[in-house]
Amino acid sequence: MSMLAGQWNYFLVIALMMIGFYTVIARGNMVKKMVGLTIFQTSVFMLYISMGKIANGTAPILTDAAQKAYANPLPHVLILTAIVVGVATTAVGYALIIRVYESYGTIEDDELIKIIEAEEDEGADA
Amino acid sequence: MMQHLPILQIIVPLLGAPLAALLRGRDLAWGLALLLTGVAFLISVVLFGQQKIAGEALIYELGGWPAPIGIVYVIDAASALVLPVVSGIAFVATIAARRLVEAEIDARDHALFYAAWLLTIAGMLGQVTTGDAFNIFVFLEISSLSAYALVAMGAGRDRRALPAAFNYLILGTVGATFYVIGLGLLYMLTGTLNLMDLSERLADVESTRAVFTALAFIALGLFLKMALFPLHFWLVPAYAHAPSAVSALMAATATKVSVYVLIRLIFGVFGIEFPGLADAVGLLILTLGIAGAFVGTLAAILETDLKKLFAQSSIAQLGYMAIGIGAMSATGLAAAFIHLFNHALMKGALFLAIGAIAAQAGRASMHTIEGAGRQIPITMTAILVGGLALIGVPLTAGFISKLYLIRALLEQDFWMLAGLTFISSALALAYVWKIIEAAWLKERPEDAPVLTESPVQYVPAWLMVVATIGFGIFSAPLVEAAYAAANVFIGGTR
Repeated sequence: MSMLAGQWNYFLVIALMMIGFYTVIARGNMVKKMVGLTIFQTSVFMLYISMGKIANGTAPILTDAAQKAYANPLPHVLILTAIVVGVATTAVGYALIIRVYESYGTIEDDELIKIIEAEEDEGADA
Repeated sequence: MMQHLPILQIIVPLLGAPLAALLRGRDLAWGLALLLTGVAFLISVVLFGQQKIAGEALIYELGGWPAPIGIVYVIDAASALVLPVVSGIAFVATIAARRLVEAEIDARDHALFYAAWLLTIAGMLGQVTTGDAFNIFVFLEISSLSAYALVAMGAGRDRRALPAAFNYLILGTVGATFYVIGLGLLYMLTGTLNLMDLSERLADVESTRAVFTALAFIALGLFLKMALFPLHFWLVPAYAHAPSAVSALMAATATKVSVYVLIRLIFGVFGIEFPGLADAVGLLILTLGIAGAFVGTLAAILETDLKKLFAQSSIAQLGYMAIGIGAMSATGLAAAFIHLFNHALMKGALFLAIGAIAAQAGRASMHTIEGAGRQIPITMTAILVGGLALIGVPLTAGFISKLYLIRALLEQDFWMLAGLTFISSALALAYVWKIIEAAWLKERPEDAPVLTESPVQYVPAWLMVVATIGFGIFSAPLVEAAYAAANVFIGGTR
């Protein structure tokens, strides 16, 4: 129980991670896949951010005040970069979904596979 | 100037990308890409020479901040070997790209195409040079994001490129995120991201569960990025439906860079002495590698589309690289480096030659090349030699790869694995024979479109074919460089 109380943030992160990952794998709808992917990535951001935080720590700014504990800024900086990467990934992903919908009229995996297989069978005869 | 080469290696294509996007007129953007990839190749060759003369790792400190506080770029025997592969292939593929892109991509997208093209090259070069684990992730995503866009640009001719690019994006991002999770755990344990510093500090926390979890996440993430069986399903559609120039660039370089990153992380950070690495992880990689070699080769035999056929064969070839890594010895790693180098040349040549056909005929299937051996003999011969090199026929570079791979396996008395490697290589003869049969033994159908060839199309492919034969006959420099690269990670003897 003490483990749960002391590290509840990590349990939360893992729960989110699995929810996101499951959605990516189990859903056939492209938008839902992207949502799952975003949750998955966000859980990792939280993993990094919460590891930098110390109990009673303040912002890492050098002052004369006798403050002993500082939060580690490095994971936060890393995650700023990762958030930018995540935003770019999301943007490219949704752009692709729009193009798929314009071209095929569906964004469901199973329907897409059917259309593609039908086209490939035709192509093989030609 | 000379001491800044490690950073220029990446900055040159990176800054060229936004510039290319702004250029109007398609030849301008292509000219810029050609110039910059040429410069990048030149820099890699000079760096290779500098490193060889120095005999030790060249460390470049970004902004003058020494490691582990600052980020360093490391040119050691391993990165010095992989850099010219990536930039050299990029240069040759750019030469060929002009015709292929004109044929396959809408004229108004050309500037953006070359911008993404330069970005993906910059990202790959960055992954190879950097000595910082988080930096690897950033460069990995730079190269991957632009690669998704490049694959999707195949949609103008083949709309299946869109779902292929989407699946590639999903799996690529999952792989990269796995890598970051593993890295986060390592950072929690050690408080550093510098690869060398990490490997030193890991010794203190070696046998904790967290460190094993980190290894599992990092390895899995990179298995996905390098398309190791059974995590390879994104690769075949992505390579097959991408524009031909992109297929050539990616098939020859993208997965190789991930193989390199895997080697750097597993051996450079965890190290061969890491508990469980040499037996458990080695066995896992060996098993997946040999399974991939068979699955890829068999799937290639069943394919009728040439791009898909050679994409499947890439799965098999990546399996051979994995076998070299899984052997967990200096010879095995050297074999992996040799094959990484050689396979980049062979696949580059093959996809450029096939691209020349696909750009004309709309697609390149067994049906398209029926009787083409007499109509476009120079292009078809390039495909033939590339195919023979894939099998590992003597006098081609593929033979040297297989020779050292089997040697590495025999060194450790893996007789059965050596046998299986030999059998799976021999099976590759089946798909190469299918091509020979279609191209030379069949008559060209009356109604088939007339295929043409010109030096612009076949010279880039032949540059790589000549290199394949060259390194097959004069293999000593490559073997020496590969052993030097392997010795960075595992102290061993020749």
